[in-house]
Amino acid sequence: MIKFILVQNRQGKTRLSKWYHPYDDDEKVRLRGEVHRLIAPRDQKYQSNFVEFRNDKIVYRRYAGLFFCVCVDSNDNELAYLEAIHLFVEVLDAFFQNVCELDLVFSFYKVYAILDEVFLAGEIEETSKQVVLDRLDYLEKLE
Amino acid sequence: MSGHYNLKALIKAIRSCKTLADERSVIQKESAAIRTSFKEEDSFARHNNIAKLLYIHMLGYPAHFGQIECLKLVASPRFADKRLGYLGIMLLLDENQEVLTLVTNSLKNDMNHSNMYAVGLALCTFANISSEEMSRDLANEIEKLLGSSNTYIRKKAALCALRVIRRVPDLMDHFTNKAKALLQDRNHGVLLTGITLITEMCELDDKICDEFRKATGLLVKHLKNLVTTGYSAEHDVLGITDPFLQTKILRLLRLLGRGDATASETMNDILAQVATNTDSTKNVGNAILYETVLTVLDIEADSGLRVMAINILGKFLTNRDNNIRYVALNTLNKVVAMDTNAVQRHRNTILDCLRDGDISIRRRALELSYALVNEGNVRVMTRELLSFLEVADNEFKLGMTTQICLGAERFAPNKRWQIDTVLRVLKLAGNYVREEILSSFIRLTCHTPELQFYTAQRLYAALSSDLSQESLTLAAVWIIGEFGDVLLQGGTIDDGEEVKQVSDSDLIDILELVLNSPYINTLIRQFVLTAISKLSVRFAELSTPNQSTQQDRIAEILASFSSNLELEIQQRAVEFGSLFGKNEIKMGVLERMPPPEIRATIMGTVSERRSVGSTRTDKDTVVDLIGDDSAPTSATLNGASSGPSTQDLLADIFGSGGSDLTSPTTSATSAPTRSAAADIMSLFDPSPAVASPAAAPAPSSSGASGSLFDLVTPSGLASSPAPAPTPAAPPKTQLQSYTAYDKNSLKITLTPKTSPAQPGVVQILARFVASGGEKIENVNFQVAVPKTQQLQMQAMSNTDVSPGGVETQQMRIHAPAGAAIRLRMRITFSKGSQNVTDQQDFAGFPADLTGAK
Repeated sequence: MIKFILVQNRQGKTRLSKWYHPYDDDEKVRLRGEVHRLIAPRDQKYQSNFVEFRNDKIVYRRYAGLFFCVCVDSNDNELAYLEAIHLFVEVLDAFFQNVCELDLVFSFYKVYAILDEVFLAGEIEETSKQVVLDRLDYLEKLE
Repeated sequence: MSGHYNLKALIKAIRSCKTLADERSVIQKESAAIRTSFKEEDSFARHNNIAKLLYIHMLGYPAHFGQIECLKLVASPRFADKRLGYLGIMLLLDENQEVLTLVTNSLKNDMNHSNMYAVGLALCTFANISSEEMSRDLANEIEKLLGSSNTYIRKKAALCALRVIRRVPDLMDHFTNKAKALLQDRNHGVLLTGITLITEMCELDDKICDEFRKATGLLVKHLKNLVTTGYSAEHDVLGITDPFLQTKILRLLRLLGRGDATASETMNDILAQVATNTDSTKNVGNAILYETVLTVLDIEADSGLRVMAINILGKFLTNRDNNIRYVALNTLNKVVAMDTNAVQRHRNTILDCLRDGDISIRRRALELSYALVNEGNVRVMTRELLSFLEVADNEFKLGMTTQICLGAERFAPNKRWQIDTVLRVLKLAGNYVREEILSSFIRLTCHTPELQFYTAQRLYAALSSDLSQESLTLAAVWIIGEFGDVLLQGGTIDDGEEVKQVSDSDLIDILELVLNSPYINTLIRQFVLTAISKLSVRFAELSTPNQSTQQDRIAEILASFSSNLELEIQQRAVEFGSLFGKNEIKMGVLERMPPPEIRATIMGTVSERRSVGSTRTDKDTVVDLIGDDSAPTSATLNGASSGPSTQDLLADIFGSGGSDLTSPTTSATSAPTRSAAADIMSLFDPSPAVASPAAAPAPSSSGASGSLFDLVTPSGLASSPAPAPTPAAPPKTQLQSYTAYDKNSLKITLTPKTSPAQPGVVQILARFVASGGEKIENVNFQVAVPKTQQLQMQAMSNTDVSPGGVETQQMRIHAPAGAAIRLRMRITFSKGSQNVTDQQDFAGFPADLTGAK
């Protein structure tokens, strides 16, 4: 199960945070800082995309200047979550047509909507890009 | 004052801030404006305000005053308002907040909404933040929606049900039937979430797991379809059909097959098929293979399949992707305990990973390597590990030296090899060796007389070439001191190597070199002082040619430390120095140590440490025990030759006359007879320096303290003392012991002892005897006293009582004067296979024990 999802840039600014576990506010601030300090200095080429973190582990992947981090149970399949991150990024990319950090800033509420279509209750909800995109189009029309 | 026109304007304003202070002030102004606007109950501005507020929240500023406004938005008939309202609720609330109860009703309404998108929003919110209470309230709604005809709603409802059973496992029964139906679903999203739900159910409840085991065939069919159907655009990821669903199915199969041969049999074929047909060139394929391996290893798979699984991991190890190697090593670490042989086959690949660029891979490979060491490969593995030790990261070294030495101890083909291995470790990483390893090495040397010359020779050579490795220096100094005579007498090393004969002056030279080296520390100094003192005796015994010169040098070195700033070093120097003049005593005191008790090295356990005897708490008890000078029972001295209290010990032994001994330093220089005795006492001072390398076990130290007494008594001083470890003199005690417990072939006697100096303090020594001829194990003796009294207990000398042996435990009771001592005892132990727990009261001590009223 996913405990939280964080998208941060290289400076440590959080662009998206989703918590599936009830952390209190101070804890969330601490977690953001810790995760950034843990992930940002890691080597792209010589280090794996998995880091043990407290009792769980973080699966992360860097896209341009953004780190997509997912904190999962220590016995979860890391490789599958790595693939799930990629799925989410592909959906974002298709939705914003070549997504960039500014899209996440200005349309943050849409990003949350996309996230809620891909992940729910800390689990993967939908694995078909097309299904998610169709769904989002509908929702856009309803606004 | 009004805020920014809309969200976009706000974001731009914030982004244009040059400093953090600017940003803060913009946000403060905006928050204030939003607050004011909220108060005006302007329903048109609300949407805009919440959007801005959520952005502010995302930047980490307080936004909780918007919670209620979100609830209002949710109640709005406009879909856009609802959507933003629910987003706000998900961001600003979590399951622990009371406001959440207000959301329940809106959720309930929206779950029955005619618009399926509104239902979707409600389900989504529920799944993300539902509390226990909310889960109970809405479980029926969720159950109903699980049967919805809309795939979009079914899929979300399945994850809502997951949330419900995570919060309230009792509600699981509500969903089992509907969950079974989900397994038949043709929609991938519904199937995926349904399987997730069922997996959680099976993890929570074994009975439900049994029920779903019937569906194994169905799951196998689903998996087969995914593997065999060709390209499907909708769910394709790099040529693999819905890898997420595949991994989920595999995971559920793992739970179903665990411990069930029939279910495992059903899935055998498909697992083999997935394992062979999945493309392993991409991450997706490897994710599936990895999940397959985990499943195979966990179920009752046939041996062929298991070997296949481990071979997949072996192949992973050669993959160029760090992630794949990482998961492979992680998994192998879990498997190695149950199937070492299969993992052994990949030993070389694993050893290659020790040189990986990624430190976390190196760490895992190292852990795995430790687990792979066995009798058969100990030579090869140790060689590899030693060669890695040369280049290893410093943070690994401590663990490596420990593991290599422990491995060598367990599996050594012969003593010579073991000694060579430890020597190599000391040379390579002498600054990263644990004390336990060092003492086990010294123990080994003491017990291997045939190799003492070899070891001493090698250590001497190593020390001559490198003084920078602390543990090497310590070991060498100790061994040279202890076995200096062996080294001088010479011998051969049977590998034909030319051995340079060492002379007595060489030994003193090297020790002097150590003292003057830049790597010297207090501990090494202490070792050296003891070693040269021992050497002076060894030289004397052998009457080496240049003896007198060397003896003078030794005396000189000792003298040079006699005013050292370090108290411990000064004390040693002074004591050894004055011992120097007393030849007969010196020979006895500094003779060869009895070989310490042999035992397996256990890391970091209390028992290993305790034998060192430096626990501070002992101090008081020793004083009290010895305090009564009429009857110094040697039994009490047994475990109590404790360092810090040497002074008190002496003072008490010498009775009132000893009270003028104030500090070890002054006494050493003033009263000659007494100072000699003080010196002797402090030889047995088990401060870490002397005792730690030998880890002097209790028996030998008791012998030592026995001999101490001989020395201290006048007759012992006059006659030539023979301090061979004689058994301690039987206690000349007038102390009365009372039987407190004698049942189930365990007998416990209590011996109380009081001191006139401390009325109201009763020392009680409990003795445990196995009276039934059977070994009594895991004894746990607990005592309670009335509330007016205080009790302190020491640990038991050994929780296992063998027949014929006596184990003891000290306790001490503070009681008001005149109070009767009453004890309630609780005893648990095991005898054979039987566990005994007993409770008993004891009040048999004489009434005047705690002094007159």
